[in-house]
Amino acid sequence: MKTRDTLLTLIALAVFVLLLGLADRTMGNYAMRILNLSAIYIVLALSLNLVNGFTGLFSLGCAGFMAVGAYVSALLTMSPDAKEMNFFLEPLTPWLQHLTLPFGIALIAGGVCAAIAGLIIGIPVLRLKDDYLAIATLGFGEIIRVIITNYQGLTNGAQGLKSIPKYSTTWVVWGVALLTILFMSRLVRSSYGRQLKAVRDDEIAAEAMGVNVFRVKVASFTISSFMAGVGGAMLGHMITTIDPKMFSFMLTFNILLIVVLGGNGSISGSVIASIGVTVLMEAMRFLDEPLNFLFVKTDGLPGLRMVVFSALLMIVVLFRQRGLMGDRELSWERLAKAGLLPRSKKGGLA
Amino acid sequence: MKLVTNGATMRFGGLVAVSALNLEVDKSEIVGLIGPNGAGKTTAFNMITGVYEPTEGRVVFEGRDITGTKPHRITEAGIARTFQNIRLFSTMSVLENVLVGSTVREKANWINSVLGTPGYRRNAKEAREFAMELLADTGLADNAGEQATSLPYGKQRRLEIARALASRPSLLLLDEPAAGMNPQESIELMEFIHQIRERFDLSILLIEHHMQVVMGVCSRMYVLDYGVMIAHGTPGEIRRDPKVIEAYLGVD
Repeated sequence: MKTRDTLLTLIALAVFVLLLGLADRTMGNYAMRILNLSAIYIVLALSLNLVNGFTGLFSLGCAGFMAVGAYVSALLTMSPDAKEMNFFLEPLTPWLQHLTLPFGIALIAGGVCAAIAGLIIGIPVLRLKDDYLAIATLGFGEIIRVIITNYQGLTNGAQGLKSIPKYSTTWVVWGVALLTILFMSRLVRSSYGRQLKAVRDDEIAAEAMGVNVFRVKVASFTISSFMAGVGGAMLGHMITTIDPKMFSFMLTFNILLIVVLGGNGSISGSVIASIGVTVLMEAMRFLDEPLNFLFVKTDGLPGLRMVVFSALLMIVVLFRQRGLMGDRELSWERLAKAGLLPRSKKGGLA
Repeated sequence: MKLVTNGATMRFGGLVAVSALNLEVDKSEIVGLIGPNGAGKTTAFNMITGVYEPTEGRVVFEGRDITGTKPHRITEAGIARTFQNIRLFSTMSVLENVLVGSTVREKANWINSVLGTPGYRRNAKEAREFAMELLADTGLADNAGEQATSLPYGKQRRLEIARALASRPSLLLLDEPAAGMNPQESIELMEFIHQIRERFDLSILLIEHHMQVVMGVCSRMYVLDYGVMIAHGTPGEIRRDPKVIEAYLGVD
């Protein structure tokens, strides 16, 4: 049955790419932007899920690492003219002023710098556990933001960076998202992934079984930071403006929400929730505008969208405590069992 | 000597949990460690496996000083253990639990895991085969795909042993393997302990409360009371030792 599953995966992938290409040509800018934003959220949600869901480390530093990735990559891709225009209060450090690199390299550089930040923060912080770890990572995330706000000569401080080239095309963001999904699903199923889960389930037992617990934690945190950095870089090159306020705790919260909704420790859950939340956030925009329900008329309540969204979230959490997918994965086998695929003689491992 | 502790002492603040423990386990020997609750038996295990660093004294394994070494390094050196209060990986299947045990022999890092290099695949395949063998030996082969924590108690204990064996140890520490077992299961366990010693060429140090089990399976034993070793010798000697009788039964 393995061949059937591989075949189905390839077909699904081909169909998806085809649809994506079609959407890219026919759909408007606004719709495409939402679609691409979901791809970026997939990368970010998987980054947080690796640490929170699979390694069991409650980390809230996501936005900080995204900021590192976004700033590094933006500074590497912007043209000298754009940089000059941005840095009018204090000139940019000279060696960066005339450096312009291709987007691919800048993207990786953004990820690598975020990973380095993750490593530096992770080594002291990962000695903590649970809520203490959450608070410490949250603090470090904010520290990164404060540093960015105050390092005028490198980051342009509170003014942020404008006219970043719009390099995050549909193909780039979805390509990276698919690559991230592939990476995560391979990692989680491998014996290294088992070590992550062992640390999550029982640290003492994991240690006694020969798992180098601290090292596994640092590796997971660093890989996750890399992914967050790449996600931040793509976000910057999509919105084309970034400023420190964008990378506040609220951003981490949004991603955490996606992870929890989708299911802590489920890759497919994160993917579904990323798309669902991004689309719903936009689809419910009409709620903020004047409404007419026969008897009750409103003349525009800004924020009603968030109220409804919170209510939806509560409903999901009430009825599915562990998120949409729990810690399970969507697989062809599962779909076949649910009767959504033609029955095979004997179900195999997906 | 397989394992020697040399005056190993563990203090927690003012409390001396284990005081100057001198313990020896020879190759292929099964040694018991008994004593009333709170006597410091599990603390002794924790000192040997690196969970605690002894405040004083040394732990020597196969001639190498392992005092203060990290637990995962000690597992790598060849000491594996089970836990008094079962500590299985609750979200994983029975087979996966055993596979975690072979971590130290696999040399998997995140890069070769994700890429699936030939070396990684070979190791993973070997680990899987060995894990299935262990499950067959422990009578858990039919449960391989089940969630570990859904197993009945006795099987969970056996799974812990299978998982410890997956790291290919030469010394196995069993912390109350017969806890919660009925007499019939205890007898089966005794046979099982003898079997695995033969099959995997093990030395075994075990903590146990079931006197029947300890007396039946061990060639020598140590008795701890309030952190102090009060007797050691063969089961016959221990049975007659007045100090042991006092510690266990009390004397008027």
